[in-house]
Amino acid sequence: MLPALAVFLPLIGGFIAGFLALLPTHDKDRTHRLDLAAQLVTCGCMLLAAMCAALTFYDVVFERNVSTIEIMTWIESGSLQVSWALKLDTLSCTMLAMVTIVSSMIHIYSVGYMHHDRSVPRFMCYLSLFSFCMLMLVTSSNLVQMFFGWEGVGLFSYLLIGFWYAKPSANAAAIKAFLVNRVGDFGFALGIFAVFVLFDSIQLDTIFSAAGGMAGVRMNVFGVDFHALTIICLLLFVGAMGKSAQLGLHTWLPDAMEGPTPVSALIHAATMVTAGVFMVARLSPLFEYSDVALTVVTVVGASTAIFAATIGCVQNDIKRVIAYSTCSQLGYMFFACGVSAYSAGVFHLTTHAFFKALLFLGAGSVIHAMSDEQDMRKMGGLGRLIPVTCILMYIGSLALVGIPPFAGYFSKDIVLEAAWASDTGVGRYAFWMGIAAAFLTAFYSWRLLLMTFHGAPRGDEIVMAHVHESPKVMILPLFVLAAGAIGAGYLGYESFVGVGAVEYWGNAILILPEHSALENAHYVPLWVKYAPLAVGAAGIALAYIFYMFAPSLPARLAVTFSSIHRFLINKWYFDELYDFLFVRPAFTIGRYLWRTGDCKIIDGFGPDGISAVTVDLARRAARLQTGYVYHYAFAMLIGVVFFVSWYLMARAG
Amino acid sequence: MLEIGLSHYLSLAAILFALGIFGVFLNRKNVIIILMSIELMLLAVNINLVAFSTNLNDLLGQIFAMFVLTVAAAEAAVGLAILVVYFRNRGSIAVDDINLMNG
Repeated sequence: MLPALAVFLPLIGGFIAGFLALLPTHDKDRTHRLDLAAQLVTCGCMLLAAMCAALTFYDVVFERNVSTIEIMTWIESGSLQVSWALKLDTLSCTMLAMVTIVSSMIHIYSVGYMHHDRSVPRFMCYLSLFSFCMLMLVTSSNLVQMFFGWEGVGLFSYLLIGFWYAKPSANAAAIKAFLVNRVGDFGFALGIFAVFVLFDSIQLDTIFSAAGGMAGVRMNVFGVDFHALTIICLLLFVGAMGKSAQLGLHTWLPDAMEGPTPVSALIHAATMVTAGVFMVARLSPLFEYSDVALTVVTVVGASTAIFAATIGCVQNDIKRVIAYSTCSQLGYMFFACGVSAYSAGVFHLTTHAFFKALLFLGAGSVIHAMSDEQDMRKMGGLGRLIPVTCILMYIGSLALVGIPPFAGYFSKDIVLEAAWASDTGVGRYAFWMGIAAAFLTAFYSWRLLLMTFHGAPRGDEIVMAHVHESPKVMILPLFVLAAGAIGAGYLGYESFVGVGAVEYWGNAILILPEHSALENAHYVPLWVKYAPLAVGAAGIALAYIFYMFAPSLPARLAVTFSSIHRFLINKWYFDELYDFLFVRPAFTIGRYLWRTGDCKIIDGFGPDGISAVTVDLARRAARLQTGYVYHYAFAMLIGVVFFVSWYLMARAG
Repeated sequence: MLEIGLSHYLSLAAILFALGIFGVFLNRKNVIIILMSIELMLLAVNINLVAFSTNLNDLLGQIFAMFVLTVAAAEAAVGLAILVVYFRNRGSIAVDDINLMNG
């Protein structure tokens, strides 16, 4: 009952808020009451769900009540059996607890952040329904329900990015997010089909128990023989790449920052984008049998980590910096999974959810204070004006950079140690990329802090005079998240990846004995252990030099290395490349089909053509009617002559 | 001395009829001429009826000729009445001006 409540309470809350959003609002008082009702219902439902999830977590993880709750049958067709079910094991319950807690905090924060907005019930409805879909995703016991959740979160991500639909840029970003995700989802769907072909089932339990026996099976794809599990894993990973914004399919994530900040925090930092990592960890019994797929995961993850970090260093929009940071951290999680340290990846996912949500909501608080200004070049000197937000942002950044004892220190270190300990070429690549990204992470985090909170104020006087600390309803959730950002790493370390890991995870994650990166991670050389910390400190120091002691230096460097700077500030020209490769050809083809195919051929020979011919014939027929009496008489005579001649000829013949 | 037979009557009627037809078509001036041409055609038919009636010794044709005359008179009266009203309304009875029904 408890897990079902945890999953379905957000659905109920979302429906009620959605109903309230549809009610007519003619006067201010009534609007206010409706807003309040929607906020109370959704926040209440989410908080209750969080409590239920916490109890479920306790029950499953500590009392070891691993189970699958069947709710109802969904599809039953031949050997395809799909049911709505909640699979409760350590992995799903960890996600369940994390998602509901972060989500409820963000619901409460939204009450303050969105309180000037005109459609509060709609916003709360979307947030709650998003949470429901995310919970369906993490608790699914089969791939189809997972796909349902997967598409559901994609849908609400779209709706929330485009929440301010009067803004053209928000609509464009929403469409972009949806389309780029579609590429990934297509891969995911193909992966599910391939699983069904191979295993004749999409139940996770059935697949996992059969996966070992399928390790040698080959599959024919377009006439070429491939290792079946590799194909499946790669297809599924394409889905994960789309949702988790990995290199190649990452372009939507920074643009998604067009949505309201709570959305960025909930969907585009803490929960939805981590769905890809969760999926890889959930399907570890498949990935374990395909070294090729694991290698690809590692390389893509490591490349994304460094790639996004380099871009993060030159962005000026406060939310975009954090967005690229998210992208980079997702890369960490993926290469952790790639070296078979799934639990390290999920550990980083959990801690990241807290500190990244904290950072985003802190940024939201800054934006709120600055009257919706997001450009860091116009901030500065806010530390004294909004000290609480400043401290909270510092906590988030310390956790992100990985300074002990903050959460990120534990999770990032174990990820990097596992990458080193995997003792493979790609593992080493991931390690060095991770170290470099850690340096850049520290740099851009401190750049953000210094540009926002320190130095001389650069905003105009009206804005600066209006700067104020956010209301309590926005600050209090930040404290909860800050507690997570401080404590989650220390508390979770032993059970997630330490000595208690085997007992903690149970059967939720499978790691083959030959993939021993996680165990060896505890016996890496000392310098590997301290390298992330050292580069983190170096990054912070560099940021101080650049933005505190020698503020003219960054500008001079940007001029000296202008080509590199341009390359970075244009985000490695990915958008331009895609524009050239896909968008413009698609437009050309579309325009051709529209102008020629539809307008000329289909309309030309179809409705338009027929109507034109009819009109033409009618006009000719009308011209026969001259109106002169003698023309009609003549026509009649011709007729009479014709009929008489015909009659006579017939008689004669 | 030339014997006047049926064929002469019929030829005369045919000539009159043809004159009437051409009168209708070739006339571009006046609607009254069209009415007169129609009258001419009716008379041609009357000649035919009477000629056949004598030839076949059947009075029916002559009775019909009487009917046709009556109808022709009525028709001329109605036609001329319409013409007068038309002239009052439109100020012209020239055939080329009467084309209100054109497409």
